[in-house]
Amino acid sequence: MKALLLRDLRLATRAGGGFGLALAFFLITCTLVPFGVGPEGGTLARIAPGILWVGALLSCLLSLDRIFALDFEDGSLDLLATAPLPLEGAVAAKACAHWLVTGLPLALAAPVFALLLHLPGPAYPWLVVSLLIGTPALSMLGAFGAAVTVGLRRGGLLMSLLVLPLYVPTLIFGAEAVRRGAAGGDPLPALIFLAGVTLGVLALVPFAAAAALRVNLR
Amino acid sequence: MSIWEYANPVKFMRTSGAILPYAVAGAALCTVSGLVWGFLTPQDYKQGATVKIIFLHVPAALMAINIWLMMLVTSLIWLVRRHHVSALAAKAAAPVGAVMTLIALITGAIWGQPMWGTWWEWDPRLTSFLILFLFYLGYIALWAAVENPDSAADLTGVLCLVGSVFALLSRYAVNFWNQGLHQGASLSLAPGERMSAVYKYPLYLSMLGFFLLFLALLLVRTRTEIRRRRLAALLAREMRA
Amino acid sequence: MSLLAVRELAVARGGLRAVENLSFAVEPGQVLVLRGPNGIGKTTLLRTLAGLQPAVAGTVEAAPETMAYAGHADGLKPALSVTENLAFWAEVFGRRDIAPALAAMNLRDLAARPAHALSAGQKRRLGLARLMVTGRPVWLLDEPTVSLDRDSVALFAAMLRAHLGQGGAALIATHIDLGLPEAVALDLTPFRAGPARRDTRPAGFNEAFA
Repeated sequence: MKALLLRDLRLATRAGGGFGLALAFFLITCTLVPFGVGPEGGTLARIAPGILWVGALLSCLLSLDRIFALDFEDGSLDLLATAPLPLEGAVAAKACAHWLVTGLPLALAAPVFALLLHLPGPAYPWLVVSLLIGTPALSMLGAFGAAVTVGLRRGGLLMSLLVLPLYVPTLIFGAEAVRRGAAGGDPLPALIFLAGVTLGVLALVPFAAAAALRVNLR
Repeated sequence: MSIWEYANPVKFMRTSGAILPYAVAGAALCTVSGLVWGFLTPQDYKQGATVKIIFLHVPAALMAINIWLMMLVTSLIWLVRRHHVSALAAKAAAPVGAVMTLIALITGAIWGQPMWGTWWEWDPRLTSFLILFLFYLGYIALWAAVENPDSAADLTGVLCLVGSVFALLSRYAVNFWNQGLHQGASLSLAPGERMSAVYKYPLYLSMLGFFLLFLALLLVRTRTEIRRRRLAALLAREMRA
Repeated sequence: MSLLAVRELAVARGGLRAVENLSFAVEPGQVLVLRGPNGIGKTTLLRTLAGLQPAVAGTVEAAPETMAYAGHADGLKPALSVTENLAFWAEVFGRRDIAPALAAMNLRDLAARPAHALSAGQKRRLGLARLMVTGRPVWLLDEPTVSLDRDSVALFAAMLRAHLGQGGAALIATHIDLGLPEAVALDLTPFRAGPARRDTRPAGFNEAFA
């Protein structure tokens, strides 16, 4: 599992690996929103929690198809499926690698983008915390979507259609935590629900994703 | 005689062919009479004539949820027992469920306009139905995208399972997010009537009509799917020989 | 004690049985060469034995972690070097030492080269060297000599013979003669599946509705 994780990280950080692409996409999203809604600070501050969460979610989506597609094409997935490591473990390792190269940088860089959108001061820690708690679920659900669509020629669009509805609970609780933080309320209940969703996803979705992979390999 | 025997295509074709005319006739009779009876009911003292859309809205919403549940059950039967007709029944039901969801959303919008003064409100119930509609779309799109029928049946089965959990989760998450305008359940078994009998009986009739309509559509669509598989199977055998 | 015992096996492709009623056993030191016309199901059989797809009927008896599969694709990452690629697979299979594998397929001079800079034949050699680092006794090889030149085929035959000498075995789908005296041919033609029967579980939609 560790070997697979390290290999995926190495591949992501080498030339052509696409590391940083998600961050750039996040930046562009946050740049475009003020052009759409106007530069007025009050408006931006009010919608900032939602924009930041939706932006993070879309940036995550961008690189999902790479989780399994390349390994499927070059035959690595066949070989991994015959390896001693259970396929569920391989799914978990690959989702973890995806999170380390997209979710984690997004969560850490989010305060910078929040500045652009005039996010109210008290919300900053909650933004980072909620993204840290929520993005692992995004990567794991994305791995499920990628596993279901891995054999398809034009799977990318279909994958978005399958994955985005699954993101609804995470988005609701994540953005709610930031919004309550911004309004000076108590974000803890939302964070607890968010953590509950993430833990449930991490515990159960690897089995569904591995089942889908096995179907696509045969 | 167990229910599993009907998962045999030949037996299913014979039985469904016998049921189908009655289902069609029953659906036509109950839906039309339920809707006409509903249209002739007196106006509600608060909501006026607009209340009459309930005879479309509530049965459609009820079917939208129950069709997804039926898909969940048939998907599980497929994944566990590998009965091919079961997987095809789930596939056949999905577009009907999507249309029922759409009817519930559209009639809801038409009803909501005079009642709440807006076509769309991000109310928990409305939002949940919109999310349910997205799940239906994803499910249908996945069936359409995967060429190998065996893989398609397995993948959509897994998606239906995961989707069910998340549809339910979204339902409660949405409650947390917005408390909502929508009235509570229209029909309730609890004592203390919410709805007068004048509306209740035509509504029951209309619900029965929608159920029979679904049954008829499901049988027709499953029979079509079976014939399509039969054709594909014969072609595959030709090509192999 | 056989490494692999197959009884009454049926395998399916595209929802139809391809091969059925197949029984054989593989002993240590034995090479089974699968023969038969294109499309009879050699690849399907190898993938079924590797556990990548379920058998329709029959049993495959083998100790766990017995099979190493090498298909048409080599499972190489273009951005990683030869050493990194091989070391990764060694670690996945719980091993460390990749030097013998590099030596066996004459890859030592290429060790630091990234896989995208390899020729097709060199990639194939790396893909075959991977078999050695799995440490598994039964190799399932699907057209292993594609794009190999004559010298490389000889290298591969020598590696295979060393594997057999250590008590390993192999099933190979190939059309060329590897020059292995111990090879036994297994012709799949007599096992070609007939029409679907009603008394057994269908292999897929195409059998259930035929």
